[in-house]
Amino acid sequence: MAECFHTKLITTSDRAKIEGAQHMEFHPETGLDTAKKILKMAIENFPNRRHNVAIPQYSQDGVVGFSHETINYLLGGLFRASYKPLNDNIINGRIRGVAGVVGCNNARTPHDQGHLEMVKELLRNDVIVLSTGCSAMACGKAGLLTPEAAKTYAGSGLAEVCETVGIPPVLHMGACVDNSRILIAATAMVKEGGLGDDISDLPAAGAAPEWMSEKALAIGQYFVASGVYTVFGTTWPTFGSEALTKHLFEEHEELYKGMWAFEQDPIKAASLMIAHIDKKRKALGLEKARERVLFDMAMRRALA
Amino acid sequence: MSKIICSAAIRGAQKIYDRSEGLYKEALAKYGPEQEIGFPNTAYYLPIIYAMTGIPVAKLSDCGKVFDLCKKLIPPPVRETTPLPYLAPTLDAGMATFFVEEIAEAIGYLTHPDRYANAEDPTAGNIWLGAASDLIFRKRGVEFVDGTAPGFAAIVGAAPDAQTAAKIALELQEKNLYVFMCGENGGKRFAEQLVEAGVQVGWSTRLVPFGPDIHQAVFAIGFACRVAMAFGGIKPGDFRKNLIYNKDRTYAFVMALGDVTDEWYANAAGAINWGFPTIADTPIPQVLPTGICTYEHVVSNIPHSHITEKAVEVRGLKVQVAKVPIPVSYGPAFEGERVRGEDIYLEMGGGKTVAVEWTTSKRMEEVEDGHVEVIGPDVKDVSPGTRLHFAMVAEVAGRAFQEDFEPILERQNHHLINQAQGIMHIGQRDIAWLRISKQAVEKGFTLADIGKIVHAKYHQDFGAIFDKVQVKIYTDEAKVKEVLEQARASYNHRDARVENMTDETTDTFYSCTLCQSFAPNHVCVIAPERTGLCGAYNWLDCKASNEINPEGPNQPIQKGEVLDARYGQFKGANDFVFKASRQKVENVSFYSLMIDPMTTCGCCECIAAVLPIANGIMTVDRDYTGMTPCGMKFTTLAGSVGGGSQSPGFLGHSKYNVTQKKFLAGDGGLLRMVWMPKRLKEELGERLAKRAAELGVPDLIDKIADETVATTEEEVIAYCTEKGHPAITMEPIM
Repeated sequence: MAECFHTKLITTSDRAKIEGAQHMEFHPETGLDTAKKILKMAIENFPNRRHNVAIPQYSQDGVVGFSHETINYLLGGLFRASYKPLNDNIINGRIRGVAGVVGCNNARTPHDQGHLEMVKELLRNDVIVLSTGCSAMACGKAGLLTPEAAKTYAGSGLAEVCETVGIPPVLHMGACVDNSRILIAATAMVKEGGLGDDISDLPAAGAAPEWMSEKALAIGQYFVASGVYTVFGTTWPTFGSEALTKHLFEEHEELYKGMWAFEQDPIKAASLMIAHIDKKRKALGLEKARERVLFDMAMRRALA
Repeated sequence: MSKIICSAAIRGAQKIYDRSEGLYKEALAKYGPEQEIGFPNTAYYLPIIYAMTGIPVAKLSDCGKVFDLCKKLIPPPVRETTPLPYLAPTLDAGMATFFVEEIAEAIGYLTHPDRYANAEDPTAGNIWLGAASDLIFRKRGVEFVDGTAPGFAAIVGAAPDAQTAAKIALELQEKNLYVFMCGENGGKRFAEQLVEAGVQVGWSTRLVPFGPDIHQAVFAIGFACRVAMAFGGIKPGDFRKNLIYNKDRTYAFVMALGDVTDEWYANAAGAINWGFPTIADTPIPQVLPTGICTYEHVVSNIPHSHITEKAVEVRGLKVQVAKVPIPVSYGPAFEGERVRGEDIYLEMGGGKTVAVEWTTSKRMEEVEDGHVEVIGPDVKDVSPGTRLHFAMVAEVAGRAFQEDFEPILERQNHHLINQAQGIMHIGQRDIAWLRISKQAVEKGFTLADIGKIVHAKYHQDFGAIFDKVQVKIYTDEAKVKEVLEQARASYNHRDARVENMTDETTDTFYSCTLCQSFAPNHVCVIAPERTGLCGAYNWLDCKASNEINPEGPNQPIQKGEVLDARYGQFKGANDFVFKASRQKVENVSFYSLMIDPMTTCGCCECIAAVLPIANGIMTVDRDYTGMTPCGMKFTTLAGSVGGGSQSPGFLGHSKYNVTQKKFLAGDGGLLRMVWMPKRLKEELGERLAKRAAELGVPDLIDKIADETVATTEEEVIAYCTEKGHPAITMEPIM
């Protein structure tokens, strides 16, 4: 396809070379220099641009770059960095739960529609969305990566938290190979305390509503095996085997405390995720309002 | 935070930064980089900067790196549309605000040394007190530690009028909170309004006017930082532990009265780092989601009639307010207030007349609970400015009551009576001294109310050890003298009994973990011959406290096997301390500062330190602010031994303990004492002389050096050698 345009294709790993592409080996220690060289090549290639390039007129701002370390900082500043405000507001019900919505676009569905419908339904129900890759791009184009989107799309509890921290309701955590960051964030939530002892105890769910690549299945299995309830859309490859499908959709829960689910309709898929989040909230005893605890000196002495 | 608040706070932080940098550059040009700066009489430098960054700012040039740090902490202004996340940068900017304000205040001390009264209470021309010296900080910090003050309200600005200010202050006092005041609103200031309303301000009444501008908020935050370092054992620079310690243990909040400026927002944002929320009387945006503070971060538009109650709820504080049926306000905040000159309606004791207080036990059928009788003239029978004789007999009965508890209840009288607003009480036993103010009499206070206080508070605080109490108050001279004779006989009997108790003849010691609310690793063990280092608890007090509250901070410890008789190590005590110190302290000697000395929370009355070359020991009390022969002032010593850490060579102890037989017995006892402040010598006078005579050195007091003859170890050696002090020829202490 690169040949149809003027694009130069560059490979950077000796394990992933492509015929016809130019190879520039990447090493972390010389990463910046390599990146500069590639950028320079791109600039020098600009005069070769021909008429059949279509760049949309439309532009949209977005706030991106929410790695685990950034989230940790943003929730308390340099001096009080922690996940406590996130956990606290999940416990007190302003945030209902956390959803990871990731994955590809798929030529079998209207572009981005699955992502956007699912994400908006989750936000409306006070579920904060962590996103990567193509899904994050879809959200970005639709303006969901702006702090202002919280007021428009999020439920009142989630919107209040977003306004407090100054964040969009959908957090762009990187490329689709950065999905591990979502699980690092989930681990940090467990460590912070108050939301169970395992990722599978968290009021959380994952989804790839428009998945198409095998890589998405591998990442999905990583989520499921880590204890996350994970819903895929579009098509599902194991319906030919009842036994395997039962194994993935039901028996996995006993093995890993996470399981697969399939639902083509993004709104229904979101409802499945919300139902799972509510189930976990109930298991944690969060479905009812908490009494405010006032502390006296004896209670203070008992603090470790 | 809301976007509006964050935008304002970041603007405010930048303005305050620019102001401070201007002052810094001027000072640098005028005084040069080597110029010493700092707050008066403190070992904690600029306490916020020291606590958070570990940087000891002592010279002007030290400020440079703090400014560099602040430059990184203060972010660019918040963008109007699609802003970058602002909560975290705002909290950082708030922190930077405190740093640069502290520097500006330090420069202020340099350029305008008379700006503040630099005292515990306002002086004639100046109500602004400035930063608390370590002397004030330690004295007041103890109240935070033992729970008599759960925290503080930092009031910024002013109430609409003086009456409202006085009402809010009174409500906060009734909740036992300290009130730290700064800032102005519309030309008015809260502290000045209190003075206008005739309210006594100063550390003594817990209403502390720090300064006239918002910038003096740093004195309140610096106080909190020092509490964590001195009592919590938190190291300078360990910002996270210090902040979370304060969030969990210091129940403080900001009360913003009036228009909230950018500078106020910057300070309020800084306070959130400590878990101190803001409660405002104006309709500013609220920040209700929780996380950095225990509950809400900003709550606004609260009417003055509810603001104290709301603030306490938002901060998550439970205060047990003592209900005492008397016509004046009541609580620890009124303890320090004085009644003077013109204000005195009635005075009793104080050398001019007799005043005696005696608590004694009776049989159940002899006592009618709550009965209060005044025999002789009462306030209504005398004219303002009168003196009367006074005798108060509290007659206690109950199945669980023991004769040993009589002095414990009686000793409470001073605190209990003194906590009534407009009543001043000093002393105890037959040296009591009472003043009743005209203001109290106007509100309807009579002598019977003193009895009502004693009845109500004995029941509230000691209800578990007795059933009934009645109070008889005599002002008739003949009756008073009669009571005086009976009381004196009883005092002598008691003293003899306590003197005869020894550690050897006692199997049960008591723990005291009262201070663990602030010093989580510190444990006191109290034996008959080693009273608590704070001076407030002896063995009998602990015994009574345990009977009152069996689950409380005073637990019986079976002393068990004697592991070392000389140093006073007991298996039972060691096991208890190991567990109760959360595995921080393994062994504790009762009679030594060299081997496994007992730890201190930091609220000890005195600190003893070894003087190795003099072959002796010195001790210094909290009130002595000068240099000592060990090269450290009290406050520096307390900084190194406080917080529950074991430091051989140093020991926190009470004043009374110095004259107890087992005092440092393992290290040679009182005969090792080569230096103590003159005033402490005088205070212990008679007892010290008696103990010295028992040890066979009746003139020991004259052989012990004090600051008038020695402030260095060399001078101590010279003096002691000349006087033939016994320590010089004792076996080597090290």
